[in-house]
This record gives sequence, C-alpha cells and structure tokens, in this order.
Amino acid sequence: MDSDAHHNTNATTQPITGAEIVIRCLEEEKVKFVFGYPGGAVLHIYDAIYKQNHFKHVLVRHEQAAVHAADAFSRATGQVGVALVTSGPGATNAVTGIATAYMDSIPLVVISGQVPVPAIGLDAFQEVDMVGVTRPCVKHNFLVKDVKDIAVTIKKAFHIARTGRPGPVVVDIPKDITAHLAEFHYPKTVEMRSYNPVVKGHSGQIKKAVKLLLEAKRPMIYTGGGVVLGDAADALTKLVKALQMPITNTLMGLGGYPSTDKQFVGMLGMHGTYEANMAMQECDVLLAVGARFDDRVIGNPKHFFSNPRTIIHVDIDPSSISKRVKVDVPIVGDVKSVLAEMNELVTAEAAKPSAALKSWWEQIESWRGKKCLSYKTNDLIKPQYVIEKLWEVTKGDAYVTSDVGQHQMWAAQYYKFDKPRRWINSGGLGTMGVGLPYAMGCQFADPKAQVACITGEGSIQMNIQELSTCKQYHLPIKVILLNNRYLGMVRQWQEFFYENRYSESYMDSLPDFVKLAESYGHVGMRIENPNDVEGALKEAFDMKDRFVFMDFVTDQKENVFPMVENGKGLSEMILAEDL
Amino acid sequence: MRHIISLLMENEAGALSRVAGLFSARGYNIESLTVAPTEDATLSRMTIVTSGSDEVIEQIIKQLNKLVDVVKVLDLNDGKHIERELMLVKVKATAQFKDEMKRMCDIFRGRIIDVADNHYTIELTGSCSKLDAFLEAIDRSAILETVRTGASGIGRGDRILKV
Repeated sequence: MDSDAHHNTNATTQPITGAEIVIRCLEEEKVKFVFGYPGGAVLHIYDAIYKQNHFKHVLVRHEQAAVHAADAFSRATGQVGVALVTSGPGATNAVTGIATAYMDSIPLVVISGQVPVPAIGLDAFQEVDMVGVTRPCVKHNFLVKDVKDIAVTIKKAFHIARTGRPGPVVVDIPKDITAHLAEFHYPKTVEMRSYNPVVKGHSGQIKKAVKLLLEAKRPMIYTGGGVVLGDAADALTKLVKALQMPITNTLMGLGGYPSTDKQFVGMLGMHGTYEANMAMQECDVLLAVGARFDDRVIGNPKHFFSNPRTIIHVDIDPSSISKRVKVDVPIVGDVKSVLAEMNELVTAEAAKPSAALKSWWEQIESWRGKKCLSYKTNDLIKPQYVIEKLWEVTKGDAYVTSDVGQHQMWAAQYYKFDKPRRWINSGGLGTMGVGLPYAMGCQFADPKAQVACITGEGSIQMNIQELSTCKQYHLPIKVILLNNRYLGMVRQWQEFFYENRYSESYMDSLPDFVKLAESYGHVGMRIENPNDVEGALKEAFDMKDRFVFMDFVTDQKENVFPMVENGKGLSEMILAEDL
Repeated sequence: MRHIISLLMENEAGALSRVAGLFSARGYNIESLTVAPTEDATLSRMTIVTSGSDEVIEQIIKQLNKLVDVVKVLDLNDGKHIERELMLVKVKATAQFKDEMKRMCDIFRGRIIDVADNHYTIELTGSCSKLDAFLEAIDRSAILETVRTGASGIGRGDRILKV
C-alpha cells in the first residue's frame, strides 16, 4: 500500500495537520457535500473546512439530520454520503441516523470528533465511547490514534462503506490527532485480508435457477432494496420482461421495476396488495433478489411454508440467505452481475410463455380484480387521494421522501415509482423524523428536481428544526403533510387490536403549520377541501424556487389496507371491503 | 448441539468486543470464549464454544464472517478435532480428603501444583467433559475454588486454520 502511495501525485512532502489530511481525503474521494455541525472536538477540522473549496459543508440544525441528509444524498445518487459531528452529544445524536442507514444498507462515512487521546477514558467533557456506542449499528468503525493513520483509515472507511453489502462506517478522530502533523499520502487502493466481498455468483447455481424458473408453473419474482442499491434495475427489468412473469417489490425495492408496468403486481407484505401477497403465497418457484424475507414482508414464516415452493435467493450478503426462510438455491453475489448472467441464459425461445404461465396470469388477474387499493370517498380529504394527485402533478418523476407511519404506506401504495432511487424512506429501522432531512439530501443531490416530503404531523415535528436549514440553503422542497391529528398507524393498531383505546396517539396542541412555515420565510398552505387538493399541489409545484409547506387536513379515521396482522400469514389479509 | 468454532481475527483493539457484542445482540449462546495472539502477532485466535440448531450455527458462522476484522472462521465440528481446557481446582486436603485427592488426581492425570497445610491446588487439562467428570468424581464438599480457561480447539491431522 505504501509503495502505491509514493507513486501517487496526491501526496504532500510537507507535513500538514490531521485536520487538513481529513479534508484532503474527502477531496480525493470526490466528496461534494459534507453534512455536519461543529463543536469543540472538531474545531480543527472546521477550521480546515473554512480554508478549502473542494466540497460544500451543509450546516444542519441537529446532528441526526446531518446523518439523515447524507444518507438521502447517498440513496439518491449511489455515492457514499458523508457526515461530520463533534464528540459526545454530537456523536450520540448521530446514532439514530447511523442505525437508520445500517438497517437499509446505505453507504455512509460518518466522521466524529473525540476528546484528545490522553483524555480518553477519563470521563472528559463531551466524551462518549463512540466506537462502543455505534458498534452494533455500523458496518465497521475505527478510532484513529495516530495522525499517520488518518488517510489510510478514511480510505478503508470509504472502501468498506461502498463495497459488498453497503453500510455506514464511523471514523472517530481525537482532537489532538487533528492538530498533529504528518505528510499526506492517499493510497490508491486498499487491501484487507479480512474483507473480500464476493461479486460474481456461482455459475452452476445461476444455471439451475434459470432452469427452475423456465420450468415453473406459477413463478413469482420478489425484489428488494438490493436491486436499487446495486444499480440493477435495468438488468432486472430486462429479465422480468423476457420471462413475462409477475413481479413484486418490497418497500425498499420500489422503483427497482417500473410500477406502472402491467407485470408489476404492487408492493407485498404487511400493507402489500392482495395480488402480490396471494401470488407470493401460491407460487411454485420464487426468485428473491436483494431482499431478505423480513417479518413485515412474509408475515409468519410457518404459515408461509404451509405452501411448498422452490426458493431461489440472490443476495450479496450470505447471512441474509436462509436467515428467516430456508432457501433451495442460494446465490451469493452482486445482484447486477448475477442478473446479467441470468439474462444471457434466458433466450427469447426458452422464455416463450407456457400454457401454465398463462393460466397463472389469469389467476393473478382475478386477484387483481379485487381492486384492493380502492377507497371510499366522502367530503373530507382522503390521504390516498392526495398521493394520487401528487403523482399526477409531479408526472411521477419526483423524489419522494417519507417519514414513518400511515402516510409512508400510502405513499408506497399510491405513488407509482418507475425509476430507482426516487423513493427515499426508512424501511428497516422505521425512523420517524427522516422525511425532511431526507428531502434536503435529495435536493442537494439534484437541485433542479421536484422533491416532495410526504409526512405526518407526528413525524414532521421530530426534525422540524430543519425548516431553518432549508431556509439557509434555499431548498425548494414541497412538504406534503397529511395531517390527521393522530399518530395514525398507532391509532390504527389501537382500533384493531386494543378495542379503540387510543392511548396517547392523539396529537393535541399542534402548531399552526402555515404560520410556522412562514416564520421561517417559507410558503405555508392549508388545504381542507378535497376539491382544492389538485389546484393547491399545482400551485405549490409551480413555485419552483420556494419551499412550500402544505398542511392537508385529512380524514382522521382513514386506515391503511390491505393489512396482514402481526404474526398472521401473508394471505390472511384484512381488506377495506371486509369492514 | 454443542459446536466449537475457531476463528482468526486482526489483533486490534475492540476486536473481542465485536465478537462478544455480536453474540449478545443476536441472542446466541456462548458457553466459553478464549482468545490470545498467535505466532503471527497481527492475528488473534479465538475459540468459541456455543450451542444451537444447525440453522443457528450456520447463521453464527455467517455473521462472524461478516465482521470486518474476522479473517477466517472454522466450525471444528465439521471434521475431526481435538479440544483441551485447563482447570485449576483448590480442594481441601485435610486428613479426611488427602488420600482421595491424591488418588483422583492420578486417575485423571492431573498434577498437584501447590500444597499448603490443608489445601491442594490441582492442575488438570482435557476435554471439557473430562474436567466435568473430575468435579463429579471428587467429594463436592472438598471443592473450595475452581477456575477454567474455556476450551481451545484444533483440527486433527492436516486440518489447518491459517491465513
């Protein structure tokens, strides 16, 4: 590695400070944005930031938002997101953001300040054991104790974050280390004997998988966030079209296959469509790609196994295979590479639709005929209707971020994503408060794009302070607040499973969101009539350079359907029509 | 079923806590865990004795492999292997027990490594079950203190865990 570095022109012969080395590393990694918040332990680094012009630093209003914004920047662009926080409370505030990225396998490098090396372990001011605190929710983390190690550690951090199954990496740097001097050498490559993720899938297994699919009578394709993260949407779309088989996406996988295509049967899982869940349950051969059979997706695994089927599972992470569901044909590899190999094996002739596939499609069409996403209208604003109109007004081409709860499920069900990296939400950890910082990350990633943050009045208040950041950077985000004065998903569960005892799920004393938005210099709108929804959305999106906060006063008791109760089988759905 | 898992990992600060943290976070069982540097000072070798169904053991191996600092993982139960554990036992060596302790120590091929007026300290190595058997065999009321290292394991013949 060192010999490489000597040939690298990106090196200094004069010693520079650790803080300057950090900046040079980020420059070498072609980082465009660093989301952060200063504090004592990172003052040297902030001083070095002041003197550079290689990347833009975005000052957030809370460290959690810095990590979420970096996370969304990564989700939108595929690049590694970067956040910078100080020690102690800065570091612990970042933890929710780090855990959120970890659960959804988002590549991040989070640099945290630490107290000076001699003070570590002495309960110093703003000291926390960041490596210990984040260990369960990072792909890896480092504590740098020598200025000479900064460059190679940051190189490793980016390498680990973006390769294999991606994830967040924390680099904790004590303050004194950022003041020490060293020559700067940025290694071109990094080799780690303990870390060599597999890329190429086993060809024999891939052949076996294709044969099984082509011989299937009731095939089904189920894909997740791995397809989006692995930039494999094109390869997947090609394969699915050639096979003419039904496909469903997980919450994280939306956009991995065009939602408006007729082969797409909708999202599956707890709030998946009737046709997607039934097809999952009844299929005889299931191809799972970059998905992990989690509890919100297949419900009770015992019930799932009451129907025999052959499962092919493609994933870059061996530990995702046969974790909750035993699979028959495991393929460990990069999804893009495996799908490309499958595409080569599927010739037009071989993939001619069989009579069995035709009758399988007839069955699926009859399930589709249930129209499980239809909803009753009244004189109140239906949240589903707002999303449908949002899709129309934005021509299906916006970056849509969401928070967590009912609005998130409605966004996933009613906004039809045709492209990957457009649907940005916290699927794994389910973090309320991500919506607004996620929208910020998307808007920085694509300044001219339409960015909509679909949220609830509970979630938006968990990072409401970021309205100030949006003002500072003139971010023309559109907040679509579906305001039902309830923590809607909690209320829905209380209605179904706790005999309408709405324990602490009513949101009293809400602010006047219009005035709140205006106080930050934004445009605020309140929409109370269904007839005004479309016009208001058009008006808001016509204000291309303004942040618009839209407070939609919606039907308080609307529920998300279909619904698979916790612990129930995938095909045991509650439909709107059943009630 | 009981499994002995051997692994090589980078000898770095915090490496042990990554493994221990993984077991507690995912609810895996640890019977014993031993760790020390190898002849190559950059590597530590760890032996973990755990138990679980085949599926759980498969997940444990995969999760260990996923840790960035872990270089190699081997389930010793996949082939022939040897396991050894060291135990030190302090026992009563009063007139009533003296002869019995000496005799049992011989039978189990142990050694008395410390002698005091009324106490012996016995050193014993063997498989975990042999050490258990020794403790079963002697009079329970004679046992004053035990300390065990946990099992270390190695493959038989040309089964070698090396980088």
